Amino acid sequence: MSDVLTAPYVLEYTYKRSTGPIIGRFFSALRDRRIEGVRCKSGRVLVPPQECDPETGESLSEFVSVGPAGVVTTWAWEADPRPKHPLQTPFAWALIKLDGADTALLSVVDVPTESTMKSGLRVRPRWRAERIGEMRDIECFEVAT
Amino acid sequence: MRDVAVISFSQLLVDKAEANDAELVMPVVREALGRAGLQKQDIGFTCSGSSDFLTGMPFSFVGALDAVGPWPPIEESHVEMDGAWALYEAWVRLQHGDIDTALVYAFGRSTLGPIEDILALQLDPYYEAPMWPDATSLAALQARALLDSGRLSDSDKKKATAEPPKIVDGAAAVVLASGDRARKLCSRPAFISGIDHRIESHLLGVRDLSHSVSTEIAAKHAGCFEKSPTFAELHAPYSAQELILCDALKLDKQVTINPSGGAQNNNAVMVAGLIRIGEAATRVSNREADCALAHASSGPCLQQNLICMLEARA
Repeated sequence: MSDVLTAPYVLEYTYKRSTGPIIGRFFSALRDRRIEGVRCKSGRVLVPPQECDPETGESLSEFVSVGPAGVVTTWAWEADPRPKHPLQTPFAWALIKLDGADTALLSVVDVPTESTMKSGLRVRPRWRAERIGEMRDIECFEVAT
Repeated sequence: MRDVAVISFSQLLVDKAEANDAELVMPVVREALGRAGLQKQDIGFTCSGSSDFLTGMPFSFVGALDAVGPWPPIEESHVEMDGAWALYEAWVRLQHGDIDTALVYAFGRSTLGPIEDILALQLDPYYEAPMWPDATSLAALQARALLDSGRLSDSDKKKATAEPPKIVDGAAAVVLASGDRARKLCSRPAFISGIDHRIESHLLGVRDLSHSVSTEIAAKHAGCFEKSPTFAELHAPYSAQELILCDALKLDKQVTINPSGGAQNNNAVMVAGLIRIGEAATRVSNREADCALAHASSGPCLQQNLICMLEARA
């Protein structure tokens, strides 16, 4: 009997998708260490920006600069990071409302201990040294001094 | 609206299935059809719910169709969602009026891969998924938001946690029948007096995680607030979510929550929601209740919610 035949099987999507005028602009700004949101007709500023108002469905295009600092609105301690997580030492997941924004951004906060974390904590982004225009250009947030 | 009822239900939960998808589905389909006294050729429409991400194979749900035997061709559909949404599609299909019966099934081998990584793939692909937040961490963000809201009593505060649920493999099947056909096939059908589902933003930071607005709207449209259910089966894998749902559904202490044990003890991903409907319907059919509520959820932190009201009728 010969050996069992094997062949590699890689599950992948072999195409790229354009990020479009809203997400694309947000990512380009991240590359330049700036954070931009988008304003709805109601005056509400969405960060991260979306192409449509989640409440009315209207198309959005008015950009506004926000942050870069903001406050933690809710958080969860990650004592045992998984290999794919942004940090490999214990950290906090957090929703962060940046100055000038009305919605919160999901990110991580690098603090040494859980006892440092609280809702309302003021934080600011730590930028990745080499930025390529994607979410993880914000390496994490850290306590704003 | 045409009267439609749940006339039979079967479920199978195992810690880790040795079977493939079709083998997992086959016994529950056979049992549900058997209890209804039907054979596959008596079914007007078949609809299933599952996720290809669990097996990591595109169109894996097609293989599971072997469990129902799709030859000669049957009228069939699939949703990449919990089976509760397949039941919703079957309910809509029965409203067309040209068929009287439908078979709904769901399956999930949730233990095949790292479920916390797999569930991260349902998040926004640009803003959230690149950080691979796991479902339990996101549920913990929600639990904290609920604690911070100041709305909880001291005893409820202890329940506002995000302990990870026990992940299991499983399958479930439900047979639906309309009006007179339901009465002929079942001594006490559990009629669907209202069913509705609503969704909120896919971005977590846009929502107030301590409230479930979509549950409240779905409940209103399903007629939940005009009924007095004896039991409520809530699809809440995390205990903090159960508190949020009870609040949105305005359930008082008279209502028994999750007599089946709920999804915290047995979270068969893509199946647990359909099981809630089956469990609630069973309690109506076996005369434990005249009215019962079933809820199913999809997405992170109760993003999308379905409410199904079941009742006995003379």
